[in-house]
Amino acid sequence: MALLEVSDLHVSFPTPDGVVRAVRGLSFAVETGKTLGIVGESGSGKSVATQTIMGLTRGARVSGQALFEGIDLLAMSPKELRSVRGAQVGMIFQDPLSSLHPYYRVGWQIIEMIRNNHHEISKAKARERAVELLRLVGIPQPDRRVDDFPHQFSGGMRQRAMIAMAMSLNPKLLIADEPTTALDVTVQAQVLQVMRRLQEEFGTAIILITHDLGVVAEVADDVVVMYAGSTMEKADRYETFGAPHHPYTEGLLQSLPAYGGERERLRPIPGQPPSLINLPGGCPFHPRCPYVMDRCRAEMPPLFEVGGNPAHTSACWLSRDQVERAALRTKVVGQPLAAPAVP
Amino acid sequence: MVRFLVRRVLLGVFVMFVVTIVVFVIFFVGPGSADVARTMAGREATPKTVALIAHRLLLDRPIYVQYWHFLDGLLHGNLGYSYYHGQPVTSILKQAFPVTLSLALGAAVIWLVLGVLSGVLSAVRNRSFWDRTVTVLALFFYSMPSFVLGLLLLYVFYYQFTLAGIHLFPGAGYTYLTANPLKWFQGLVLPWTTLALVSAAAYTRLTRGSMLDVLNEDYVRTARSKGLSENRVIYRHALRSALTPVVSQFGIDLGVLVGGAVITETVFGMPGLGFTAVQAIENQDLPVIIGIVIVASAAVVVANILVDAFYAVLDPRIRLH
Repeated sequence: MALLEVSDLHVSFPTPDGVVRAVRGLSFAVETGKTLGIVGESGSGKSVATQTIMGLTRGARVSGQALFEGIDLLAMSPKELRSVRGAQVGMIFQDPLSSLHPYYRVGWQIIEMIRNNHHEISKAKARERAVELLRLVGIPQPDRRVDDFPHQFSGGMRQRAMIAMAMSLNPKLLIADEPTTALDVTVQAQVLQVMRRLQEEFGTAIILITHDLGVVAEVADDVVVMYAGSTMEKADRYETFGAPHHPYTEGLLQSLPAYGGERERLRPIPGQPPSLINLPGGCPFHPRCPYVMDRCRAEMPPLFEVGGNPAHTSACWLSRDQVERAALRTKVVGQPLAAPAVP
Repeated sequence: MVRFLVRRVLLGVFVMFVVTIVVFVIFFVGPGSADVARTMAGREATPKTVALIAHRLLLDRPIYVQYWHFLDGLLHGNLGYSYYHGQPVTSILKQAFPVTLSLALGAAVIWLVLGVLSGVLSAVRNRSFWDRTVTVLALFFYSMPSFVLGLLLLYVFYYQFTLAGIHLFPGAGYTYLTANPLKWFQGLVLPWTTLALVSAAAYTRLTRGSMLDVLNEDYVRTARSKGLSENRVIYRHALRSALTPVVSQFGIDLGVLVGGAVITETVFGMPGLGFTAVQAIENQDLPVIIGIVIVASAAVVVANILVDAFYAVLDPRIRLH
């Protein structure tokens, strides 16, 4: 059984302009100790999905199922869900400066989290634990920095402090929502490394939400590609980067500057993501898809198995035979997919 | 922190210095040297009094000497002499100040608690029945002048109650706290309510707006993601930040109020600074007016220093830089 299994999740928000359908039938699963990357452009519903599962969105209409160790999070009372948040599922967010409370010391914020769930732990003990956590995520002189305020930390240190806090109760799952987007590239690598090290040490499962395929290539075991609130493609990291099936995944990979190798023009995906209030009929990607067929405009494809591999599914009407798909790609795009090297 | 406060206090001293210059120019230079003593003496003063005043204020000496004499008096706690009342201004203000202070502080506590709590409730249950009720009430009191509300309260709780044989609240006057605490309290309930309801409305709106902003902050989401109770998220995490604009408004309002709640004091016949100021103006009792202007300015300055100090306690980014 997967640690977290989300199936057919729908989230919509009634607004004065109409109903925003942020997530439409999202399904994914995370195994203990593994990392799932959720990739998509801004507005594809990736953050809304996880925050809704954890009860952090307000005023949303939600349906579907999110089984955490077999218990449906979406059916829990706010109080039950609160005992899962923090204790079982840690969360970190995009902007580490605004995610820490500016008025409280970093250590205080970690101690608050520890003592909120373990009233029996003394303040002194919780503080020791906070210092140890800060050391674990690589904060220099943690016994002194524990008394600093967030604004005295650099961006990378703040995000590491967020990770320390999120990991303070040894959660089974860590949801990292664009954890490296606001950071410098060199700092990004450090933060990812810290997450991976903690994962190895504690066996934590990680959901990594990002729009950065480079980050996914580096740390994710499995990848879910989202577009306009729906799952486009699910596969392990190697299939996603080496043999993507969905034209959207292919487009994302081609808009990525190749590292090393031959210089060639980037191929951005033409057009804009659709409005979530007024979605096109059929497949939401069809207005931008180079392979579009009549059927795509009328009917939303379900997730099909690709190449007889049950772990690789794609919501696309194109041929599921990998050889035929590659031939089609060569014909339409003019060349085979130049896949970036997977580390 | 200490440096920050020292800087603020020095700034306050400078502001007070400027105030004394402005006051001096308006009252001692403006009328022209021939008329200063005449205006200070008030109505119906004899030529002898006028001559005495001219002598006391050193009116025959250069202006800077006169100013130094004035400032020196202020620094020694001498606000001048009211020739109309025949007593020092300080002793007049000493009687009036506790009245205004009792009124202002009591009302401030009530409106702050009322305004902040209803504002929080309004923000947390945004667009609910509660929010709308609070908003309507707030706008109702916000748009009501304090003399209307004060008279309405007097009509119901003094006039109608007295007709019904209930003597709960006096119609006018003030009893010193040291004289009779119960009477002090009874006498203040209606003035407090008047001031508090009118001001609380503004604080409800201010707190609501500030809370709505803060509730959308990332760190509030973080607090929720930590599994904290909703009460802790709202009061410990959100309200702490949301209070910043409320505190600065509060400092200004309280400072102004301590300088005299003119209308409320007049409606309830309370001999506070505002009431005294109105009488002094009617009697052309200039020395008292000068005294009240200086005390009122000092109140605003002190309130602002206190606000800044409280800011620093609230926000470490101010404290540490």
